[in-house]
Amino acid sequence: MDFASIDPTTVIYNLMIAATPILFAALGELVVEKSGVLNLGVEGMMIMGAICGFAISVETGSSYVGFIAAALGGAILSIIFAIMTQYFLANQVASGLALTLFGLGLAALLGHSYTGQVPPEVSKLSVPVLSSIPIFGKMFFNHDFFVYCSLALVFFIWFFLAKTRLGLIVQAVGENHDSAHAIGYNVTKIRFFSILFGGALAGLGGGYLSLIRVPQWTEGMTAGAGWIALAIVVFSTWQPWRLILGAYIFGGITILQLNLQAIGVNIDVALLSMTPYVVTIVALVLMSVNRSKKSIGAPGSLGKSFIKVL
Amino acid sequence: MKIIKFLSLISLFFVGVMSSVQATELKVGFIYVNPVGENTGWDYQHDQGRKAVENAYGNKVETSYVEAVPEGADAERVMTQMALSGHDMIFATSFGFMDPVMNVAAKFPNVKFEHATGYKRADNVATYSARFYEGRSVIGHIAGRMTKTNTIGYIASYPIPEVIRGINSAYLAAKAVNPNIKFKIVWVFTWFDPAKEADAASTLIDQGADMIMQHTDSTAAMTIAEERGVYAFGQASDMKKFGPRAQLTSIIDDWAPYYVERVGKALDGTWKSEDTWDGLAPGMAAISDFSNEIPETVRKEAQDLHDAIASGTVHSFTGPINKQDGSTWLAAGETADDGTLLGMNFYVEGIDGDIPQ
Amino acid sequence: MIKLTPRNNQSKILIAITPIIAVLFTMIFGGILFWVLGKNPFEAIKLIFWDPLMSETFSDYARPQILVKASPLILIALGLSVGFKANIWNIGAEGQFIMGALISAGIGLALYPMENRLIFPLMVVCGTLGGTLWALIPAILKSRFNTNEILVSLMLVYIAEQALASASIGILRNPEGSGFPGSRNLNQYPSASNPELIAGSGVHWGVVFSILTVWFFHYLLKNHKFGFQIKLFGDAPRAASFAGLKSNYIILLCFSISGGLAGMAGMFELTGPAGAITIDFNVGYGFTAIIVAFLGRLNPIGILFAGLLMALTYVGGEISQFMLGIPAAAIQVFQGMLLFFLLSIDLIVKFQLSFIRNKHISRKE
Repeated sequence: MDFASIDPTTVIYNLMIAATPILFAALGELVVEKSGVLNLGVEGMMIMGAICGFAISVETGSSYVGFIAAALGGAILSIIFAIMTQYFLANQVASGLALTLFGLGLAALLGHSYTGQVPPEVSKLSVPVLSSIPIFGKMFFNHDFFVYCSLALVFFIWFFLAKTRLGLIVQAVGENHDSAHAIGYNVTKIRFFSILFGGALAGLGGGYLSLIRVPQWTEGMTAGAGWIALAIVVFSTWQPWRLILGAYIFGGITILQLNLQAIGVNIDVALLSMTPYVVTIVALVLMSVNRSKKSIGAPGSLGKSFIKVL
Repeated sequence: MKIIKFLSLISLFFVGVMSSVQATELKVGFIYVNPVGENTGWDYQHDQGRKAVENAYGNKVETSYVEAVPEGADAERVMTQMALSGHDMIFATSFGFMDPVMNVAAKFPNVKFEHATGYKRADNVATYSARFYEGRSVIGHIAGRMTKTNTIGYIASYPIPEVIRGINSAYLAAKAVNPNIKFKIVWVFTWFDPAKEADAASTLIDQGADMIMQHTDSTAAMTIAEERGVYAFGQASDMKKFGPRAQLTSIIDDWAPYYVERVGKALDGTWKSEDTWDGLAPGMAAISDFSNEIPETVRKEAQDLHDAIASGTVHSFTGPINKQDGSTWLAAGETADDGTLLGMNFYVEGIDGDIPQ
Repeated sequence: MIKLTPRNNQSKILIAITPIIAVLFTMIFGGILFWVLGKNPFEAIKLIFWDPLMSETFSDYARPQILVKASPLILIALGLSVGFKANIWNIGAEGQFIMGALISAGIGLALYPMENRLIFPLMVVCGTLGGTLWALIPAILKSRFNTNEILVSLMLVYIAEQALASASIGILRNPEGSGFPGSRNLNQYPSASNPELIAGSGVHWGVVFSILTVWFFHYLLKNHKFGFQIKLFGDAPRAASFAGLKSNYIILLCFSISGGLAGMAGMFELTGPAGAITIDFNVGYGFTAIIVAFLGRLNPIGILFAGLLMALTYVGGEISQFMLGIPAAAIQVFQGMLLFFLLSIDLIVKFQLSFIRNKHISRKE
């Protein structure tokens, strides 16, 4: 076995690309869950983003316009979920599952004429100076714009949730919607826009998949990425920074096992693919055992409908 | 039951709009395990065969299909309903449809069934499959001659005989022209997951592969090969659109001639249950046009090899061949029998790594 | 502004008429979709909703098939509904369904080719236990550490799927299956087979069990104090604890019921319609059942109808595919619409809607 032929630089480089779509989607879902809503429709919103982004960038010739369309596609689909759960008070779990079903079907119909097309290429943005550092330069500073964008978003979302008034309101709404309402916040409206934001980011994740990571459109191309994004949010224990760790571990395991296989190591792929989920459960348990730190853990009102009784 | 009562009321309005039924001699149904898709893939190729049948027989034959049918109970229901609605012939195009086909065939002795890649037959159930490994010999030869790094990357789906056979066949052909050849094989445990196949291709390229072969259904690996500037071989369909420079050639599943022939036999009453395992000769497994990137001499050799296999003078598995553990499989001059090929569960000598269990 | 007041007594007429309105909306929007796709909308909708039930060609076969397709959905949804009522969220029924099938397949295949009448009942018990044990993981974590059960049960689905893939290419792989993934077909092993009870109908023990379970739950929740306890626990956990109900007991019980029924459904599906363990053995019954539970408003009779309606759209959807050439994706979109409308329309069943002119009226006091 020739471990030397695994080049850590390229492994980490590929891992970052593999993790970016799920990082986008997970960031969106994190904000949604922080506001107390569980949207299981991530897969559906991602694939809508994938086709909208792809179609628009093929039509306009600009991948950046495509990414905007991807975000819009995801957000527009999420409006259905937002209206159902916030105004019609439908159960979130059931609505999210229905959204995935609907999104997968709709994307396939919309994408019918786009299979086999080639999207405009997205150039790499080498960070000046930094990208010429040996090893680290290639690993971290030679990516496309959206990899940096996803990392920057982690910072912004952390900043938004922890440091801004609106962010704290979102969290308050998610923690206890009745008290938040009593204080005078408009729970429904805040959740509505959180859901839209989550949809937009899931859409961006999908767009990254169809425009950069694979670059092509194929029916059903998300192949479960949305579900992994959901798992990562849990893994991160709702801490934006840990999302990076989660996304890179989940993405990394695939890349790592492919690398090990390529050099001829006999590994149990199923067992290896299970581990991140087991780790996630262990993390959840540890977190709930260690309840002394009140700030961590699932938002108190997660998944519950807010019923305004006057 | 209110819903049903209500629906029955509404539908009274709809009775009038039933479409007129055409007078056709034969109704042929197809069931696919995945969505048909638009351009490439296993199911797409079967649907091309369906369209060929429509073109060949015009008004005499009517075809229909159901896509994305899960194997098992759902497949059985779909086929039964097809039979009930007057289909005379049903093509079931995935291995996992095997037991459902047998069950439905027993209930409808007058309906003819054709099951792809299976091994169970009955009076009204025929089976067919293609010797794709013959095509893999051709691409193995090209890869062996053209690689600069002597490293071929192979994206494999599931460890089943069909896939293992392909790996062995490609390896033997490459080895024959390039003794230093090395195969790097990754198993992705899926037939279709574009992101994962793209990762697999990147990984193989990073580890030095400059030729990518795939036994999965998506075009992701071809796209990555194009992007990274290496060569690749398409699978199931011509993938040139996805890798105009990268694709050297594709192994094409061409079911059209077989479907046209079998439907023809059903029409004239000469259809009977048979087992067909055709290869390059009738073109059930075909090779798409060679790319101009392939040097003239190699193109000629590849074409010769293709013709030799098609004419039967060369067999992809001709001894001496040892198994991976060094034990003798085929003595010099001996060719592999179909039984061993159909159940192949070992690598030949020279391939590194283990087949996952 | 619209004001919502919970209804104390839900109107029977509304309960009956709202799903019909939702179906009508779906027909209109779905019709538009089919029309855009260039298909005759009236014919498409007729093929989906009418033909499987009433047409001469299909109904004899399709009617029992709807029952067969619906039975796992109903069985799983019934179990889930008990937990949902008590505010206990098991969304991992898909995983429990898989584990039930895997464990019972393991037992059955371990005994192959021994013939004994007790093998099938033993497999039913083992399948049920398998689902229960898998469901007890989130239940114990919830009761012991207060770990969020929604998320743990969801994570366990992914793990179960990996286990399924591993088993179908590994230990359960059919030694006589030419190396293809997937186990032996249990339909060809008489002692382990879940036989067709009425020839030609496809109706198997799972169908019988699911209908019995509907009846049993209907009785249990209506007439037994258990029904009241569950509802009390869900609506007013504090009051429930005053009444002497231990929350851990309710959590473990709800998960055992839902996991057990999901496992049982997996077992019946395996030994009956599916026949064998394969990598894609689970086709989403566990997730669809969550939707079915809500469509049925967590009521056993409602779940029965919701399951049948879902199954009807599957069966009718297939018919419309080969009769009219409607793509599978369009059927998915159609089903999605149906669910949206059905889930949303419940609002007017649960709440009294009234319009208020002055939006600040509530702040006055």
